[in-house]
Amino acid sequence: MALPKAKEDATATRLAGLSLPADAGWSRAAREDALARLQAQGVPQRRDEYWRFTNPSAFTAPEVAEAPSRDLPDEIPLGAEADRLTVVFTDGVFDPDASDALEGEGMEIARLAGAPDIHWARDLYGTLEARGQDPVDRPLAALNTAFATDGVLIRVSGKVTRPVSIVYRHRDARSDVLLHHVIRIDADAALTLVEAGPAGARSNIVIEADIAQGGAFHHVRDQGREHDRSATTAGFARLGEAAVYKSFTLSANGALTRNEHVIECLGNGGIAHVAGAAIGDAAAHPFHHDDTVFITHDALDCESRQVFKKVLKNGAVGVFQGKILVREGAQKTDGYQISQSLLLDEDSQFLAKPELEIYADDVACSHGSTTGAIDEEALFYLRSRGVPEGPATDLLVLAFLAEALDEIDDPDIAGVLRDQLSGWLSRHATR
Amino acid sequence: MTDQTTLRDKAKESVDRETVDAVAQLSGAYKHGWNTEIEMDFAPKGLTEDIVRLISERNEEPEWMLEWRLEAFRRWQTLKEPDWSMLKYAPVDYQEQYYYAKPASMKEKPKSLDDVDPKLLETYAKLGIPLKEQMVLAGVEGAEAAPSEAKDSERKVAVDAVFDSVSVGTTFKKELEKAGVIFCSISEAIREHPELVRKYLGSVVPASDNYFATLNSAVFSDGSFVYIPEGVRCPMELSTYFRINAENTGQFERTLIICDKQAYVSYLEGCTAPMRDTNQLHAAVVEIVALEDAEVKYSTVQNWYPGDENGKGGIYNFVTKRADCRGDRSKVSWTQVETGSALTWKYPSCILRGDDSQGEFYSIAITNNWQQADTGTKMIHLGKRTRSRIVSKGISAGHAQNTYRGLVSMHPKAKDSRNYTQCDSLLIGSTCGAHTVPYIEVKNNSSRVEHEATTSKVDEDQLFYCRQRGMDEEEAVALVVNGFCKEVLQALPMEFAMEAQQLVAISLEGSVG
Repeated sequence: MALPKAKEDATATRLAGLSLPADAGWSRAAREDALARLQAQGVPQRRDEYWRFTNPSAFTAPEVAEAPSRDLPDEIPLGAEADRLTVVFTDGVFDPDASDALEGEGMEIARLAGAPDIHWARDLYGTLEARGQDPVDRPLAALNTAFATDGVLIRVSGKVTRPVSIVYRHRDARSDVLLHHVIRIDADAALTLVEAGPAGARSNIVIEADIAQGGAFHHVRDQGREHDRSATTAGFARLGEAAVYKSFTLSANGALTRNEHVIECLGNGGIAHVAGAAIGDAAAHPFHHDDTVFITHDALDCESRQVFKKVLKNGAVGVFQGKILVREGAQKTDGYQISQSLLLDEDSQFLAKPELEIYADDVACSHGSTTGAIDEEALFYLRSRGVPEGPATDLLVLAFLAEALDEIDDPDIAGVLRDQLSGWLSRHATR
Repeated sequence: MTDQTTLRDKAKESVDRETVDAVAQLSGAYKHGWNTEIEMDFAPKGLTEDIVRLISERNEEPEWMLEWRLEAFRRWQTLKEPDWSMLKYAPVDYQEQYYYAKPASMKEKPKSLDDVDPKLLETYAKLGIPLKEQMVLAGVEGAEAAPSEAKDSERKVAVDAVFDSVSVGTTFKKELEKAGVIFCSISEAIREHPELVRKYLGSVVPASDNYFATLNSAVFSDGSFVYIPEGVRCPMELSTYFRINAENTGQFERTLIICDKQAYVSYLEGCTAPMRDTNQLHAAVVEIVALEDAEVKYSTVQNWYPGDENGKGGIYNFVTKRADCRGDRSKVSWTQVETGSALTWKYPSCILRGDDSQGEFYSIAITNNWQQADTGTKMIHLGKRTRSRIVSKGISAGHAQNTYRGLVSMHPKAKDSRNYTQCDSLLIGSTCGAHTVPYIEVKNNSSRVEHEATTSKVDEDQLFYCRQRGMDEEEAVALVVNGFCKEVLQALPMEFAMEAQQLVAISLEGSVG
């Protein structure tokens, strides 16, 4: 079907400044396919149902809006709490001086740019992204597959002694970042991956994770504290039998964030948990945060959880679109989804579309969504015990976010993120 | 034997009989699937401006009404059929439908029951409507004036029956007039009360609202009109009975209910259609206006022909229902039991404009065999301290697909408002589907919105318990499902609740084993 004129024009404008990397090598075929997908879909526009609550124009504009970087020496960055194999990208460009040597026990690790013909990655690159295009178009992910300039390729087959940390640094106020990571967890292997920092003024990051039987992939992400940046991410995961996928994202500040997760449980007994905590104050800078999750159950006995919490202040906007799809025959599915938001003032907004689509009868699926202000009774209780209003509010906000943070298995990582949230609350004193 | 034991025996006997009846019902298929061979007066097939003019002419409408229809028709021609629902169906050929069909015997009013086409009478008798009412429904002159058979002490329901395209009669008119209530067909209201119709028609669902509402605005042939004056509590329940009889005929009725300040009305709507191999179109619009302190309770038992067990035939039901709670402290409650239709596309909604106004939506949607339902509600909170409550129970069996789709919107000015939504889905069998698509938009922080949804199968323990007490599997499922629906069934007026309870059992016939 031909695209509407406006969409066709917007797509041509976005593509005008882009070209497939000259040294694409083994990934060229996948990139060409992705470009064809993108051209057939067109770039997202506000009128698209999937972008009902979030305006995608900042992601599709040919020019990057100015977003100055900030130095934040006051905080321990995520990843520094343990010994990790660190890979650094500054404005999307690999920084060899700041990075560790790309080698580690139990895994193969390489960069996407200039990688020799890596057979395992060749079969995966763009594959999960392409699978994730049905039933909903994800043109920004296709754009990423086609034009990604770099990324990290990790295959885990044995025992990993140093977990991997990808650190993003932002310096250039107009940087436009396109990174694409591919993770392959072999049978019974495990990896923890940490991503930290704002990737650039505008960033589009895709992770494809293929987890074989009994494998486990733990992913924790901290999107930094910058105000004006716009970021879109898409995590595509495919789970084999008894595979485990756990992902948590912390977002504080940010003019525009859209984090998508597309997860397929294809083997029996798989476990997929995605969680997120977002906190924003739109008093001085805009804050719009969108979590969009699509989990497909296509095997027996799988468990999925979606836990998303948002704290919104001074006109901040939170969005949650979550879906559990249980295919015919995916019996004994246990699907759970909760999206909650705390509106700290009259101007903030929460927009949600929590969906279930179920074609099997022996399942237990539920979702809940609540929105409201701080519980006045809980606040009154704390104040009656002598806690001043500000700290009492902060305490309740942290308690509200705790359910999402509880999804992080590693207590050290959870501790770092909790400290960051406390710091944020003290800087944005409530009332 | 004491009186008490006699009583208990009697009660037991009646319960036993009900059970026997229910089982007998279970073995039957669609109850209202017969069709009446009746001579009909059709307009030519297809949809053109001339057809719109013809409908308007047959209803003896004033010029402004024709203009309103034509404008809607021209707009409809520029619109595209919506494709966002979860319904999958072959495209409807709008030119293959009849847009106007009227029993031929209605051309001139019959003088007595003897002149009435006996087939028409038979139709109403089969539907269980009493003789006195049959007379009125058959359009016998002077029948309304004859003393009512019903004793004053009995519970009375005034009926407006719509047969294919036209309203064939309204009962209890005189009695309602005494109370100042206007209850008549919309075509009559356009002629007799143009000032009210002009003021309110299209004020809740504008002619440009959506594809099906626009189509309805152009071609609606009849429907009901209700006006409850200020301070009046309508003395009886009002009811409309819709029946599609003729083949390839679309039914496009339009209902307009105006409840003035401090007034109250309870309104019931029932629908049936004969079994046909081809799909038939039904695109209705219902508009409700509730002024200050008014309360409207609107109950529907929708039992259009659902198609056979292979998914052949059945009604395509595309309905736009909306209530405008215009006045402060007004209240509108929608209760629906959707068991029929091959396709259901229906979202009875409330615009909570007045401060402290309330909206309620109670729904049971049952789909079996190849039925598809995409139904739910919209609660638009505009006024301060407005409250809404949504309870939706979806039951899916066979190869059916059942979707709840809803919107709860809290506008920035709707301070201190409240919504509670509960959507539960029950799956019977492994080849059906149950889906939930809620939209939640909260734009102020003093309001609270809660949404919960669950999907599960019929509880094995409950089934086991029933079977162990001697029920067969189908009965046990029907009982468990009735329990699952209890919250909604309780919101229905009593007669409807009984019918609905039986329908729940019948609709699930053949879904087990």
